Amino acid sequence: MVGKIKVEGVVKRFQQQNAEEVIALSGIDLRIEAGEFVSLIGPSGCGKSTLLRLIAGLNGADEGKLYIDNEEIKKPSYERGLVFQDPMLFPWLSVYDNVAFGLKARNIYKTNHAEVQKFIDLVGLSDFSKSYPHQLSGGMAQRASLARALVNHPKVLLLDEPLGALDAFTRMNMQDELIRIWKERGTTMIMVTHDVDEAIYLSDRVIVMTPRPAKIERCIDVQLARPRARNNPEFLSLRSKILEILHFTGTVTEPNYYL
Amino acid sequence: MKTVNAWLPALSAILAILVDYGVGNIDKHMPAKHPYFMYLLVVLLGVFTISALLSYFNLKVKKWIEDRSLFIAVTILFLNIINIVTKKLGLLPVIFFPTLDKILSIIVEDRDFLALCLSSSGKLLFTGYIFGAIGGFATGIAVGFSNSANYWISPLIRILGPIPATAWIPLVLISFPTTFTASAFLIALSVWFPTTVMTSSGIFNVRNAYFEVSSTLGAGKYYQIFMVGVPAAMPHMFIGLFNGTCASFITLMTAEMLGVKNGIGWYINWQKEMMAYANVYAGLIIIAVTFSILITLLFKVRDNVLVWQKGVIKW
Ligand SMILES: Nc1ncnc2c1ncn2[C@@H]1O[C@H](COP(=O)(O)OP(=O)(O)OP(=O)(O)O)[C@@H](O)[C@H]1O
Ligand SMILES: [Mg+2]
Repeated sequence: MVGKIKVEGVVKRFQQQNAEEVIALSGIDLRIEAGEFVSLIGPSGCGKSTLLRLIAGLNGADEGKLYIDNEEIKKPSYERGLVFQDPMLFPWLSVYDNVAFGLKARNIYKTNHAEVQKFIDLVGLSDFSKSYPHQLSGGMAQRASLARALVNHPKVLLLDEPLGALDAFTRMNMQDELIRIWKERGTTMIMVTHDVDEAIYLSDRVIVMTPRPAKIERCIDVQLARPRARNNPEFLSLRSKILEILHFTGTVTEPNYYL
Repeated sequence: MKTVNAWLPALSAILAILVDYGVGNIDKHMPAKHPYFMYLLVVLLGVFTISALLSYFNLKVKKWIEDRSLFIAVTILFLNIINIVTKKLGLLPVIFFPTLDKILSIIVEDRDFLALCLSSSGKLLFTGYIFGAIGGFATGIAVGFSNSANYWISPLIRILGPIPATAWIPLVLISFPTTFTASAFLIALSVWFPTTVMTSSGIFNVRNAYFEVSSTLGAGKYYQIFMVGVPAAMPHMFIGLFNGTCASFITLMTAEMLGVKNGIGWYINWQKEMMAYANVYAGLIIIAVTFSILITLLFKVRDNVLVWQKGVIKW
């Protein structure tokens, strides 16, 4: 299996407008196994997006190093696909051409063009492959942008709140879709989310981050059998444990009912 | 506008025919060989009678004619009034305001010469325009993507750009071997400036996230420039081209009136000096029609290239 991510002592600082320095990440150490599904969760501004951008290679670290399969990450690559919170489809290209973009950019469209339709079908946009992005709903656009990242067969898929804009119903469908793709492809998934339930439902491991200092607070293994039930007591106890770490509960340390 | 009758244009044409036929002419004007204005009115009457009849059977025609009927009717009425003021009553100085018959007669009877003038203008415009547009795109893209091009070329654009191309005429006419190349250069210059400025500003305004997405999808530098930067900046480029087109018309006319010894601009100037105002108007009508056709063509191209914009930006 490929797609192992290693983050070693990464520090990232940003210069704000008023010349003040913001420490977006202060000393992050993290290992993500190949084929693992990991969620990053934490309050707004704690550096989740920044960490993804560093792994993607869009920004460089001020200190420390990042590796994929023991190779240092220096610049963006199709091996690390990124799905932004905003779908960021190219508005001048149809859904089909958006999805085909990566193959064309890598000059392998001729040999692999069957993939394009396959992934469009996979995300359920078969009837919309000729549509332009402005003709899609938010959820459809998000699915198209997922297909665009998947068609490249990345080793690692970085997802920055990809389901944030969706309604609860579409969202749950998409979660199952993600699980299916992940199982089928064995891609390492690193997903930022604000939704504790989503994190537990999807991941092998939930990584809780805190702001100021922007650090990893705790890594929580989710050892629930799949497919997971959202009302399973263990699920609920994990949920309150995470909420507690995030300081969203009072003093409750145990689930408020027992088996 | 639903109540506006599809028959209005035809009625307006009938009114104009009645006036032209029934009211006596004043004899201050040199009569034209044929009653061309009457011919025109008869053609208009025919066209709009047929379209009014068709509007009962065809919804598309109905919509087309109903959207425009008032405008067309008033336009014909306006021609009718001009006809009354000139040919019928002679209220305006005869030399400067010839009859519509006379103006139309020039377009018909002088058509070979006018076509010659038009084609030589067209050749000049086309040559200059192509070079200017390509140069503008190239400069704009270079400035948009290369820091050193931006450093060296931007100040140049800022200083030279705002100078109207026509202001260079004295210098350009003596430094080029022929007036044709000189004028083509001026036209190119007038297209180049707005195209360059809008292209580069379009590229500067492309959301950085598009470049980031494309780099995570495996796009290299040049692929990003031509497959992300350029299409994203295309709406701006068309605004630049549009401004450049308008500027090129001005430059073409000025260059022809000042230097080049043929072309439609030269024709107008020449006829003006001969006090042949009917010819001047004929030339102006031809210019108006040609230029508006060219602009319409540009819009058609834009609509085709920018189909993806429908519903994103309103022009
Ligand atoms: N380009 C930048 N320039 C300056 N500061 C930045 C930049 N990007 C991020 N920051 C700062 O870094 C910190 C972390 O930002 P980041 O976007 O990673 O947060 P986040 O955890 O993704 O938040 P959210 O959940 O709201 O998306 C913030 O304080 C932000 O102001
Ligand atoms: Mg974020």
